[in-house]
Amino acid sequence: MFRFFLTRLLTFVPTFIGVTLISFAFIRVLPGDPIIVMAGERGLSEARYQELREQFGFDQPLIVQFWDYLTGILHGNLGMSYVTKKPVWDEFFALFPATVELSLCAIVIAICLGIPAGVIAAVNRGKFFDRALMSTALVGYSMPIFWWALLLIIVFSGNLGWTPVSGRIDLLYYFPDATGFMLIDSLLSGQKGAFASAVEHLILPSIVLATIPLAVIARQTRSAMLEVLGEDYIRTARAKGLAPIRVSGLHALRNALIPVVTVIGLSVGVLLAGAILTETIFSWPGIGKWMVDSIYRRDYPVVQGGLLLIAGMVMIVNLIVDLLYGVINPKIRKR
Amino acid sequence: MALLSIRNLSVEFSTAGGPFRAVDGVDVTVDKGEILAIVGESGSGKSVSMMALMGLLPWTARITADEMSFDGTDLRSLTARQRRQVIGRDISMIFQEPMTSLNPCFTAGFQIKETLRQHLKLDRRARHARAIELMEMVGIPDPARRLNAFPHQLSGGMSQRVMIAMALACQPRLLIADEPTTALDVTIQAQILDLLQDLQKSTGMALILITHDMGVVAETAQRVQVQYAGQKVEEQPVRALFETPHHPYTAALLAALPERATERRLPTIPGVVPGQFDRPEGCLFSPRCRFADDICRHRAPPVQPPALGIARCHYPLDTAATEAAR
Ligand SMILES: Nc1ncnc2c1ncn2[C@@H]1O[C@H](COP(=O)(O)OP(=O)(O)OP(=O)(O)O)[C@@H](O)[C@H]1O
Ligand code: SF4
Ligand SMILES: [Mg+2]
Repeated sequence: MFRFFLTRLLTFVPTFIGVTLISFAFIRVLPGDPIIVMAGERGLSEARYQELREQFGFDQPLIVQFWDYLTGILHGNLGMSYVTKKPVWDEFFALFPATVELSLCAIVIAICLGIPAGVIAAVNRGKFFDRALMSTALVGYSMPIFWWALLLIIVFSGNLGWTPVSGRIDLLYYFPDATGFMLIDSLLSGQKGAFASAVEHLILPSIVLATIPLAVIARQTRSAMLEVLGEDYIRTARAKGLAPIRVSGLHALRNALIPVVTVIGLSVGVLLAGAILTETIFSWPGIGKWMVDSIYRRDYPVVQGGLLLIAGMVMIVNLIVDLLYGVINPKIRKR
Repeated sequence: MALLSIRNLSVEFSTAGGPFRAVDGVDVTVDKGEILAIVGESGSGKSVSMMALMGLLPWTARITADEMSFDGTDLRSLTARQRRQVIGRDISMIFQEPMTSLNPCFTAGFQIKETLRQHLKLDRRARHARAIELMEMVGIPDPARRLNAFPHQLSGGMSQRVMIAMALACQPRLLIADEPTTALDVTIQAQILDLLQDLQKSTGMALILITHDMGVVAETAQRVQVQYAGQKVEEQPVRALFETPHHPYTAALLAALPERATERRLPTIPGVVPGQFDRPEGCLFSPRCRFADDICRHRAPPVQPPALGIARCHYPLDTAATEAAR
């Protein structure tokens, strides 16, 4: 087990270097100069411009800049935001809980609806429910996120007035961050209505963000279940006189779970990408919105560091998924 | 009264190519404590008829029967839920592929105890004790440790023993063994058959043994029924069947036995069991029967009286003819 863990960690090294390089190159390929952007409409003098260039190290050759950046990372230093002058690391972890809260809600929705839907569809293969569900999943999968988000906002916030349009909680409430998770903090604050407000704010963005993973999970569960339902051990389970719900929900699902857990793991990457859009649309103060804003400001350290940290998170999630395989199916544990 | 009595069982699958009758008017009767063998080549509907009894067929199967009763209960009148109380408890079944018949995600012990939990009111400790007792009964060494083994850690023979332990968990009155040894090594085959016979004797349950192997039939069963292309073509006590087969198909199967084959004859019957699209008119065996004539090829044969082995044949063989056929 320990060796497995170690080898997996080693495979992170090339990925890590790759991400560092790409994030470094990506932001520099974009046209636009951070100093000019920072100066804004006031503009700045040539002398001041050169001074700032030196200060940020832009006068150095790219390779030197990259080297400085890399050695910084190895010392745990991701640099400072040009704009806020705060360490990228601090900013990331200040905003990260908001994104985690949103993503967790979305993935929980996607799992709790997607797996049962896939199981029911597989058990009723070819019947009405199966077809209806799979067409819906296809629609959900191919729907543009921003369009879907706007549609929901118009209907539920605009026409019906059920949900707020943006933010994490109503401005009425104020309490200090304890955990960074609004659902928990609002409860801890003890203020009446704070929790309900947090939930209301969370609903629409979670649904929007859950849509694609939900469709993917439902489809994957269905196809994995269809494969498993034909296996001999399912016949054995039924021959024992077990109820159908136990046969499909335990004997079949447990075996079908491996590919499903794989897509859930992969969804985390998709989810963080989706979070960028969703957070922007709903003004959700998470790392997605932070990244987009930083790209507009050409805030190099933030974009670089943010991408790196996001990649790190995705890698960690996938490592956890790999470890889960062995827990789900003991046959895999052996290898 | 017979323990199991099935009359005129038919199973029709709706397939993409139209309806397919996999079982066609089969009767099965088993008495308490009896061993019945069902023999026939691949595709003769042996498994399907037993799965129909167990209620394990997919919804594409249409099952009809004039009678299907177990111990006086009409199985046809039971709801799915009532049926599940019989299945796995009073009637249980083991299958051809032990390695794939156990769920790879759960330990052998879990799978045995699951049956106990489903049907018997035992507490955890009693279930554990019973599981160990069952493992001992089917000859698994070191049962307490093997309870925690996952299927991939067991050999084929061991897996089949676990399957048998599972099937016997609730002391069934009828065990259906569908080719229980086909997938195993020859030496293990004999062990498993011996085990089944011993268990049948010690528990007094009835046993339906499905097999391709006439040798196994001769050693194990008391009565034999021969199936061909979904029909029962003959039924006799073992001794009588081996002495005087009345149906040409039975005679051919017996002639295919290694000890009986003369040098001149091939040890297999030429031709194949007709499938969905090549069902002959008249007698289903006529394309492969050496006694077939025009009547056989055009008119479905009658069912002969018990004295002639209930043979489904226009020209059942009697002793003299059997001798001549050899
Ligand atoms: N679910 C199904 N749908 C359609 N046809 C089926 C289905 N299950 C079985 N059959 C067909 O029914 C026929 C009888 O099958 P069955 O499995 O009972 O044969 P068998 O006598 O048990 O053969 P074997 O000795 O190979 O096990 C075969 O032609 C098979 O293709
Ligand atoms: S009816 Fe005719 S073809 Fe069929 S088994 Fe009897 S003799 Fe052979
Ligand atoms: Mg079979």
